[in-house]
Amino acid sequence: MKVVYFAWVRERIGKAEENVDPPPAVRTVADLIGWLTQRGEQYAHAFETPRVIRAAIDHAHVKPETAIAGAREIAFFPPMTGG
Amino acid sequence: MSVPVTIRLQDADFDTAQEIAALTKGRTDIGAVVTFSGICRGGEGGDAIAALTLEHYPGMAEAEIGRHAEEALSRWPLTGLTIIHRYGRIAPGENIVLVVTASSHRQAAFQAAEFLMDYLKTHAPFWKREESAAGTNWVDATSHDDAAAARWTKS
Repeated sequence: MKVVYFAWVRERIGKAEENVDPPPAVRTVADLIGWLTQRGEQYAHAFETPRVIRAAIDHAHVKPETAIAGAREIAFFPPMTGG
Repeated sequence: MSVPVTIRLQDADFDTAQEIAALTKGRTDIGAVVTFSGICRGGEGGDAIAALTLEHYPGMAEAEIGRHAEEALSRWPLTGLTIIHRYGRIAPGENIVLVVTASSHRQAAFQAAEFLMDYLKTHAPFWKREESAAGTNWVDATSHDDAAAARWTKS
């Protein structure tokens, strides 16, 4: 699946998007954050405070407990500051 | 007749008067138009800002604003709606966002405009980065904005 990052999450990880293939045990958005965190220091830094991280699946906001099965694109980003 | 809805994301500036005219031209059913303009401030608490850069999530930003527009149309008897949000580098004094709501009477237009702005600020995927003499930093979200959006949630 494709994972995309925005704002300081993107800067900390050092890339805007990537394709990942997590194992089946990674079921939810929160699981995916935990799994990504293991990938290196940049990820650990980006996700150091999971409760502030917002997520979207296929362009719609989702909660940490949402299942990721079937997702084409999962996005992680900080709280939004538009308007 | 379906309600005309215009949603645009663009890096170019917009002309508020022109957007109102486009929405109301040839119409005799509109009794009220409310506009909200969000403008880049030149400073925050005494610290001067050189510019803001707005990052957005292409695709989701349009989808999310579209969902807010649908909800506004379902909650208030609107007769027209225009939402424009800019992205990219924006200097102090320049426009960032425009919401134009039209209705037969003012109350629906006022309330829908306020609802849309509260939701845009907290749910539309845009992020502001400030440039100042001290460098650049991402603007923090405020709990005040979350509270403003939460009051529209039906219990």
